[in-house]
Amino acid sequence: MSDTPPPDGAAITAEDVAKVAKLARLRLTDAELDRFTHQLSDILEHARDIEALDLDGVEPMARPIPLANVFRPDEPGDTLDREEVLAAAPAVEDHQFRVPPSLGEEQ
Amino acid sequence: MSAPTGLPGALEIAAAVRSAERSAVEVLDEHLARVAVGEADVHAFNHLTEQEARAAAAAIDARVAAGDDPGPLAGVPVALKDNLCTRGIPTTCSSRILEGWTPPYDATVVARLSAAGAIAVGKTNLDEFAMGSSTENSAFGPTLNPHDLSRVPGGSSGGSAAAVAAGFAAIALGSDTGGSIRQPAALCGVVGVKPTYGLVSRLGLVAFGSSLDQIGPFAHTVADAAAVLEAIGGHDPGDSTSLPQPVPDVVAAAHAADVSGMRIGLVSELGGEGYQAGVRQRFAEAVAVLEGLGAEVVEVSCPSFDYPLGAYYLILPSEASSNLAKFDGIRYGLRVGDDGTRSVEEVMSLTREAGFGAEVKRRIMLGTYALSSGYYDAYYGSAQKVRTLIQRDFAAAFRRVDVLISPTAPTTAFRLGEKLDDPLAMYLNDVATIPVNLAGNAAMSVPVGLAPEDGLPVGLQVIAPAMADDQLYRVGGALEAALFHRWGGLLIQEVPVR
Repeated sequence: MSDTPPPDGAAITAEDVAKVAKLARLRLTDAELDRFTHQLSDILEHARDIEALDLDGVEPMARPIPLANVFRPDEPGDTLDREEVLAAAPAVEDHQFRVPPSLGEEQ
Repeated sequence: MSAPTGLPGALEIAAAVRSAERSAVEVLDEHLARVAVGEADVHAFNHLTEQEARAAAAAIDARVAAGDDPGPLAGVPVALKDNLCTRGIPTTCSSRILEGWTPPYDATVVARLSAAGAIAVGKTNLDEFAMGSSTENSAFGPTLNPHDLSRVPGGSSGGSAAAVAAGFAAIALGSDTGGSIRQPAALCGVVGVKPTYGLVSRLGLVAFGSSLDQIGPFAHTVADAAAVLEAIGGHDPGDSTSLPQPVPDVVAAAHAADVSGMRIGLVSELGGEGYQAGVRQRFAEAVAVLEGLGAEVVEVSCPSFDYPLGAYYLILPSEASSNLAKFDGIRYGLRVGDDGTRSVEEVMSLTREAGFGAEVKRRIMLGTYALSSGYYDAYYGSAQKVRTLIQRDFAAAFRRVDVLISPTAPTTAFRLGEKLDDPLAMYLNDVATIPVNLAGNAAMSVPVGLAPEDGLPVGLQVIAPAMADDQLYRVGGALEAALFHRWGGLLIQEVPVR
């Protein structure tokens, strides 16, 4: 296995947690950052139980049933009502979703 | 609260409504009267659909009067977990991030129940996005156990389990990702089923762990649960993970309720150390009942079942963090901080900070970490291999026995707040139910009595191979009939809150 978890007792650091929070688009308070660092360490430490198992040569399993590439005929059918969908959106303009600015000033 | 009165089951109600012996409106009123008395204490619902239900019940009665067939579940009040989409009716997943959102379509299961004549009475509370085992992780406050209001109903489908236990609805739908139907069913003393993965369409179920999620019924009796599965099961072209196969004949199996000559395996890894004494006692009594009915009970070892939590809490958060990426404040629900100056990224972060609760954030973080570069093979990859070992253990066991049994949960209903600050202790509730989701098998929880030390319900879990769902109903039905005979009634008649 090319990747290995960090050594015992340091399953995850506050720095890791802050980086992951940014990737997940979650803003965390300092208190949350501290709490999550401890809790995630505990959970990951528990997950290391599985290291006791011999996994060499075992195929990974992604889903319980062997269905793959499920196709349907490419025929037009009913779609959702546009106005009904937009009525439940947080912001709408000209019959479309209105989004916040997506290009920063540095652009 | 008034003394327990007989609660009619779904099949009883449907038979009476179809023969015009009782009106659907009258049945609905009876259930809504119990809601009016008990809901303030129990808080099973996020949203009641009283008006829509009255209109639907009146329409059923009109069809009966006109001589039409109103469907096999005619007039049966059903409670729907609030992660099932209902057109024009709020669907929140008990999260602030979806507050105020109304879906533009019905989930397939909702449409099928309605076509079968069932009457939706409301949307039930859950742990936010189904993440939890106590229904305490709801943005709208916890649901309480109708057997004891100081205790949790289990979770994440706690509102659905409590609604059936309290007689607010005759049946309910939940979703089960790691035990979220079976564990609350056990803690509330009702029947709860996780069908085979792919047997019930998930179109319109807000996705959590896509390789694990399955919708299933709560009911008073095993036969009622079978009738619900028959109505909601079967292929749906709208769900690419839905199996293109017919639903096993669970209704016949529930009525046959015959275990003579059946081989039943006791899972040695589930039910020993860490399980409450009263849970073990009622479970052992139920095993004796099954033997008395002619089943051959043998012990079966599934060594990988000592490791399901480690694999599950890597796979599930990974899938959840991906599924919940769509809640970004753009297309539905909450949007925070959009003042015209903040970037889309800032608005997304502010929205998710305000909209998600602690457990959801914890699992998104865990999943994002497990999938991140450098750790993918060590965490997610290894967990997927453990999943293969669990499936192999099941396959080996099912070569020796027809079904496996275990206690559904290690303890009876625990007190509110008891495990809220200790995620790992909370996760351990699902140690007996998680292997089933990882393998995609079918499983059911049946009430087997009250634990002597606390008077709270105990559930027995029956596990069958994928697509052998009928076996669950054979065993559950037989056990239920034998215990009914012993107790002089169903366990559900003991519920004090009503």
